[in-house]
Parts: sequence; C-alpha cells; structure tokens
Amino acid sequence: MAGCAWRSMLSQVVGGAMRRPALSSASFSRGMQTVTLIPGDGIGPEISSSVMKIFEAANAPISWEERNVTAIKGPGGKWMIPPDAKESMDKSKIGLKGPLKTPIAAGHPSMNLLLRKTFDLYANVRPCVSIEGYKTPYTDVDLVTIRENTEGEYSGIEHVIVEGVVQSIKLITEDASRRIAEYAFEYARNNQRSSVTAVHKANIMRMSDGLFLRKCREVAENFKDVRFTEMYLDTVCLNMVQDPTQFDVLVMPNLYGDILSDLCAGLIGGLGVTPSGNIGANGVAIFESVHGTAPDIAGLDMANPTALLLSAVMMLRHMGLHDHGNKIQTACFDTIRDKKVLTKDLGGNSKCSEFTAEICRRIQDLD
Amino acid sequence: MELSRELSPAPCARSDRFLIKMASHGAALSVSKMISPFWGGRLGNTMKVFGTTLTSHRNKSLHTGENIPPPAKYGGRHTVTLIPGDGIGPELLNHVREVFRFSCVPVDFEVVHVNSDVQTEEDINNAITAIRRNGVALKGNIETKHTMPPSVKSRNNLLRTSLDLYANVMHCQSLPGVQTRHKNIDIMIIRENTEGEYSSLEHESVSGVVESLKIITRNNSLRIADYAFRLAREKGRRRVTAVHKANIMKLGDGLFLQCCREVASGYPDITFDSMIVDNTTMQLVSKPQQFDVMVMPNLYGNVVSNVCAGLVGGPGLVPGANYGRDYAVFETATRNTGKSIAGRNIANPTAMLLASCMMLDHLQLYDHASSIRNAVLTTMNETRLHTADIGGQGTTSEVVQSVMRVIQSKGQLTSEL
Repeated sequence: MAGCAWRSMLSQVVGGAMRRPALSSASFSRGMQTVTLIPGDGIGPEISSSVMKIFEAANAPISWEERNVTAIKGPGGKWMIPPDAKESMDKSKIGLKGPLKTPIAAGHPSMNLLLRKTFDLYANVRPCVSIEGYKTPYTDVDLVTIRENTEGEYSGIEHVIVEGVVQSIKLITEDASRRIAEYAFEYARNNQRSSVTAVHKANIMRMSDGLFLRKCREVAENFKDVRFTEMYLDTVCLNMVQDPTQFDVLVMPNLYGDILSDLCAGLIGGLGVTPSGNIGANGVAIFESVHGTAPDIAGLDMANPTALLLSAVMMLRHMGLHDHGNKIQTACFDTIRDKKVLTKDLGGNSKCSEFTAEICRRIQDLD
Repeated sequence: MELSRELSPAPCARSDRFLIKMASHGAALSVSKMISPFWGGRLGNTMKVFGTTLTSHRNKSLHTGENIPPPAKYGGRHTVTLIPGDGIGPELLNHVREVFRFSCVPVDFEVVHVNSDVQTEEDINNAITAIRRNGVALKGNIETKHTMPPSVKSRNNLLRTSLDLYANVMHCQSLPGVQTRHKNIDIMIIRENTEGEYSSLEHESVSGVVESLKIITRNNSLRIADYAFRLAREKGRRRVTAVHKANIMKLGDGLFLQCCREVASGYPDITFDSMIVDNTTMQLVSKPQQFDVMVMPNLYGNVVSNVCAGLVGGPGLVPGANYGRDYAVFETATRNTGKSIAGRNIANPTAMLLASCMMLDHLQLYDHASSIRNAVLTTMNETRLHTADIGGQGTTSEVVQSVMRVIQSKGQLTSEL
C-alpha cells in the first residue's frame, strides 16, 4: 500500500518535471503567468470575457494579453498571422483561443490552419468526460483522443491526374508518428491514465498505417508502465457506440482523429461542452473551443461559455495550476448539475452573463 | 428472365435450337450474350432499353441492380460459392448450411478455402474464379496478417476490386427485441466499395516518408450515386445524404459531392443533402433517427457503417451485401473475423443468417428467404433467445435450433430436426 503511494507520488513528481523541459513549474505557481488570449469571432468575445471574469473570481494568477488574428499577406506573398500575435505567443507560450470564422473564397487558408502551421501544433488533445447534469444516452465516458494534427490525410496534397480522376495523398512520416506517440504516452503518464490505444487501418493501408503503428510500438517499449493496445478503426467505432468505458487514451493519425474526436464529443453532448488543446513544438500550447462562431446568437448574451471554460481549465492543468483548475471545473459542473441557471443550448433559459455570475459565485463559496 | 424472352423472337436459327434445348433462364441469357457479337451494338442498346423498362415492372429484389444476370442454375438448383474465411466465419457458415439443408433450400455450396497464412494469391484467385463461375457468393471475413510484408494485400479487398463489387449496401434497423440506447433507427448505408482510400497504392519515397494514394474517379462516383438514388427510389425512401470531407479534401471529396449532386438532379422526388463526416458521426450518436439513406466513399463508409451497426446492437446483427454489375457477394456488414470468440459457440448467427436471406432474395427464392428471415426475427424479438453479445446467455447452436423449430412450425417442407 505505502509502496504504491510512494510510487505514484514519485511518478507525479517525475511527470511534472518531464512535462515541459523548457520552463520550470516553479514560475507557474508563484508569479503571474501571461497567456495570449484570442477572443475570435461571433460569440468569441462574449465567452472570452466570461472566462476572464471567472478566472478573476478564482484568483488565478493569469494575466491576459489579447490579440487578434486575421490573415495578412507578409513579405513574399505568403499568408501569415499578424506579427504582434506571433510575438505574444512566442513569449507566453500558452494561448487560449475562441472560435474563428473561416471565410469561404477569401483567398487565404483558414485561420486555424495558419495557426497550426505557424506554431507547428502537432497534437490535438480532446478529453471527453461525461458531464453530470447534461444528460446524454452515454454515461461514464472518460477518454482522451490524441490526434496527429500536421500530416496524414489532411496534407492538402491533391491533384487531378486526368479529367475525372482525382488523387489525394495521405502522408505518414516516421518523425511525426514518433512525435505524436511520444506525446500520447507522456500525457498518459502525466495524467495517470492506464492505457494507450493506437487506432489504425493497417490491414488496408499496410505501409502508411503500418509505419504509424510501428512507431507507436517502438515508443511503447519506453513506457512500460502504460499499457499499449492496437485496434482497427472500425472496431473502435463499433465498440465506442456500444461501450465507451472500455477506452482510455486513443492516439491516431489525422483523419481518424478528426472523426473519432467528434464522435466522442457527440457522446458527451456536443461541441458546446467539449474542451480541446493543441500542443506544438517548442513548448507552445493553444487551448481552444471547437464549436463554431454561431453568428446568429452573437452579441445577444445567449452563448454557452462551457467549452472555452473547460479548455481554459485544461490550460491551467497544463501549466501546473491544478488547484485553480479543479476549483473552476467543480464550480462549472456543479452549476450544470443543479440545472437552475443554464444557457439555452443546455436546456435552460438563462443568459450567458447569469451563467457566468453563478459560476463565479460558486467559486467564491468554495474558497 | 423476361429480358431474354423478349429478345428470343428475333430470328436466329442457331439460337432457336439452343432455346429449345435448354429451358432454364440462365442458359437463355448466356445465349443472348452469344447473340450480341452477331448483332453488335444494336442489340446491346436494345438490351439496355428493355432492361430499364422491365425493371420498373418488377416489384422485388431490384436492389440487386438491373443488370446482374441470374446466377447459375441447373436442374432447378443454384450453385453458390462459399468462402468460410477465418475466425467465426467457418462455424457460422456451417450453421447457414445446416439451416438451408433443413429447409430444403435448392442451393448447393461450392466451398473454396482461402488460407490467410500464405503469401501467394493462388487461393484468392481460385475463389474469384469460382465466384465468376457461379455469380453469387457467401463469405466469412479473411484475416489480414500484419506480419506479412506490405506487398501482401488484403484478400477481402482484392476480391471486391477484382469482381468490381462497387456497392456495399447495409440496412441498419432497430430490432424490437434488442436493448439499445437509441430507438427507431432505420438507415440504409451505401458505400463505394472499390476505390477511395482502399486503392492499396502506397509507396515509400524516402525512408521514413510514406505516401498512400486516395483515388476518386468521376465514373465510380457517378455509379455509386446512381445506385444509391435508384435504391432509395425503389425502397420508397425520401432522403439521400452524402457524407464527405470536401472542406478539407477539396478536389477528391469535392468531385464525389459534385457527382452526387448531378445524379440528384435526375431524381427530383428525393431530397438530397450533404454532411461532413465528423458532424455525421456526432449526429449519429445523438440523433440517429434523422438519417434515411446515406451514400459515401470507402473509408467514411467503413466508419459510418460500424457506428450504425453499434447503434442497433452490434456486429452480430447486421447483414451486408456487395453488389457489382455481374456478381453479388454476401457477408456480415461489419466484416469481423471474431478471432477471440471463434470455436466457442457464442457467436451471434443472426448477421450471417440474414445475409444468407439477402442472398436467397438475390437468387429470387423469395419464399425461402422470407421463411428463414421471419424465423430469425421471431427468435430475436419474440422468443428473445439472445447470444452473449446482445446480453443473453444462449449459445449459437441454441439460436440456430430455435430458428429451425420456428421454420418447421410454420408448416413448410423441412427435413428432420
């Protein structure tokens, strides 16, 4: 018994030190930490201000630096994000982003894609936990999907070979696969998750998914404390809708990750309550809400800030501020469970500001 | 087949003598195939015209496609290729044979074994030849071993592409006897079966960098969209949804979507809409009742069909069919090998039995198909004898025995129990 406790404490300490080799955890717990805030479009500004209010109520040591991202043409004609946003992010390393609209036929790639390319955000992490109080047909969901975010089927390499025949290239590289596998195992270790499952279709895509799988197996050798399994994509889908409790951490290439992470979001209630984080090279991490900009309710104080709030909680945990993170999450879940003050999409008819105020009140009660 | 009967009055002395000799439909069509080289393109067009007008008069089994010729039939008995496969395939197909023998179904099985341990393609080529000969097959899933080098392709995929079985059709329906989280699901999924991500075209350009090609062609997209709309119309369905990811794969899925739209314009009575695949899976787990007929490329079909199978109760319940222009192969919808439950008498025989009923419908043995199907559904919904995968305690043999008892009780001709 005591041996177990000592071992888990040791792994937590070791895990904490291993989490971000560049920055020490000490700086997070003492002084104010700067976070780049990108409010976004549509309901973005409202939910961002909700989050800022809640963080203030919780006395979280975060100082926000607001920046806007709109695509601008840099020297050489390449589209890029504004230099002050890039500078701020490079300095603070942590970002929180609201929904950005992707204009069709604007001539530039989507903002999300630009951010991804600029900061090499290679891992998309989505923890899906059932929210007590928001009923879905699935209860007790507690899994994390980790999706490779740079290559795979979304490499964007497509061409028309001859009239009527289109070829789309799925790219799998050794480096990217190893990187994402390493991140997945480290995440599992740091967050006390017991198993990692690689999702693939190596029976059909023998070489590409075969390479991905091989790298996962190699990395698993270095993480013997985490159980490693492999499962076909179709088996995962089949079992996920029947019994999602059998899954823990899932790691997979880009397309499967896209589909599965949205599937899991649907299990817990949709994109309005799902947090998401993007981990990049050089210690950069941007946490975001994945829902749309909802232009029809923008400015009407009807938005639900839960997704952005839970992403912000994920951010606090990433920074080592577990106490504040837990406090805010508990307050948020308690509010939803109570069902007295809920926004329209959660089944109530309160305003966003009322929902925010209720959470702030609970935080203060918790202190 | 009415097709060749319409054409037989056309004067050709040699063909008349043939028609007098052989009375069976299959032979007549093979004769009309012999006629075509003599009559050239004219007859070919005539056949197409007759084909389309006649199909509108037929009221059954049109979902098999209007151009599939009837399979081999000699002396009133059909021959069907049987590929046992691996895992639970052999035992389930044995049960199918047992039920067929019991109900005196006029079907003989030509068994072709495919060994998944060898690297040569001899076995699978034998199987393909047998299917070409017989026209219809019933198969279990053939395992693809990862320990083999990447040049050894998936046998199942090879079979589908060689025979050009371009449409995979799966009908997911909530069964009243099975406990599930969602009720009232009734979705038909039509999945392109030959190209897309499953083209098996991969190469390693530089060590550590692998490319896999996803091919989308206009012809195949039009073909599958046309199949989907025809099926929807024939089954009286109101809505077809195309599932895609054209916001990211603009050219590939964009072409697929465009082809679907083109075909949709020819069916104004059917509503057509499209949905991005990740949103589709999210909607499927929250509100699956909104979907009617869905059409999609290969990989999304794999995901969506497995999600839907899970929603209605699992892999043991849903049958699947692969249709091509000339051949049809029937199997379970989710194509599982079921290695972990093989040989333990706990596998659910429902999916395979229902697949064999789909095969009987294709062979136009409608009475036998209905009798077996009703027996299976009675066992499932009324007797409630369930196997472990749907929460019961019955064994496979108990379920099969119950099915046979129900068939006997309906008063049809059967052999001893």
